[in-house]
Amino acid sequence: MLRRYSRHLLIPEVGLAGQRRLSRARALVVGAGGLGSPALQYLAAAGVGRIGIADDDVVDETNLQRQTIFSTADIGRPKAQAAAERITALNPHVAVDALQLRFDESNARPLVALYDVVLDCSDRFPTRYLVNDACVLEGKPDVHASIFRFDGQIGVFTRDHPCYRCLYPEPPPAGSTPTCAEGGVLGVLAGIVGTWQANEALKSLLGIGELLTGRLMLVDALAGRTREVRYERDPACALCGESPTVNDAREIAYGEAELDATLDEIEPDALDAALRQWTLLDVREPHEAVLGSLDGAVALPASELEARLHELDSSRSYVVACRVGVKSRWAAQRLRDAGFTRVRHLKGGLLGYAARHDDFAFF
Amino acid sequence: MTVRVLAFARVREILGSNDSTLTLNDGARVSDAWAAVVERAPALAPLARSTRVARNGEIVSGEEPLQDGDELALLPPSGGG
Ligand SMILES: [Zn+2]
Repeated sequence: MLRRYSRHLLIPEVGLAGQRRLSRARALVVGAGGLGSPALQYLAAAGVGRIGIADDDVVDETNLQRQTIFSTADIGRPKAQAAAERITALNPHVAVDALQLRFDESNARPLVALYDVVLDCSDRFPTRYLVNDACVLEGKPDVHASIFRFDGQIGVFTRDHPCYRCLYPEPPPAGSTPTCAEGGVLGVLAGIVGTWQANEALKSLLGIGELLTGRLMLVDALAGRTREVRYERDPACALCGESPTVNDAREIAYGEAELDATLDEIEPDALDAALRQWTLLDVREPHEAVLGSLDGAVALPASELEARLHELDSSRSYVVACRVGVKSRWAAQRLRDAGFTRVRHLKGGLLGYAARHDDFAFF
Repeated sequence: MTVRVLAFARVREILGSNDSTLTLNDGARVSDAWAAVVERAPALAPLARSTRVARNGEIVSGEEPLQDGDELALLPPSGGG
């Protein structure tokens, strides 16, 4: 069995003692996706004794462009199970916990407590805050990474160093930042960043080198460049600051609960608040939109809606607006018919909104 | 003064550039630089509270004063994995 690790044994920083240490170590990987795929395989190959894989999803064909732990034959199978089988095939000496569940506030702290290091390979903000909070509270390192198109970020959060909330006290408004599924991601970037995550986790387990604590590593795959930025613990941090308000691992309120999507209208007075999370779809014709629109609006004239429906993203939330609120009602219904589930139209149109807002003039 | 602006992830995408320059009045702070960037790309406005800004490799608050030749990095959190 030691022969398998002979290239590790030759490195003084690992050696026999380090390899034994790895064989007794336990790592939890939250999310078996783009980042989890390489991370899991390198942790297993390195001989980490026990590896937990938390994922409640199944393998989809669109995953295979970057999630290299899966095969075409795995499509439709639970990710935790398929990944566990791959790991066992790679290294039968590794004990695998295939956790076919969603990492949530009901299990976060008990799960984290069972492992020595956690790799946050998830793909949603509430899970990222939850992993951070559970790790800091349980005193376990959170090896964090995220990817977007060509850009990756990697950092390690521990009880003795700044945490994710020190770095990012607030998530972006729901709907403002696409996921990989919505915005796309370069497949190989997931490989680069997830492998880097495995490196940080292995260093943490071995107790060697310098961890990415208080430093955020930025990977720009397009420029072929990495940078790092330093940051300090935030005395006002809700979790690790001087007067914490987060004392347990609870999922943050996030999402689009403010607006009831079952209603089909929105009052002009509610538009400003709604647009913090919803996107304004301006369906006025060019000749009606003399004085422009609101910041962040998507312009798609009603006359072109049918032909350009594919430009819209059915996973996003839209407030449809026209000049007086007639065409927008029709356009909103057209979107619902096409499978958009979060659509409302602006009652009274942009003229009605402008009448209540002196600083806007939409004629 | 002139500062260099590096943009990442969602901010880069909205701004349409990962490396640009801004000309600001003397005495400008990080918040003034952000306001100038939002003027260039108004769709960035909703990301104001979540995006962190690093000045010469160090994450700072909006109050941080700027100097000619500074390099700013605009860092939005990204959730993708
Ligand atoms: Zn903190």
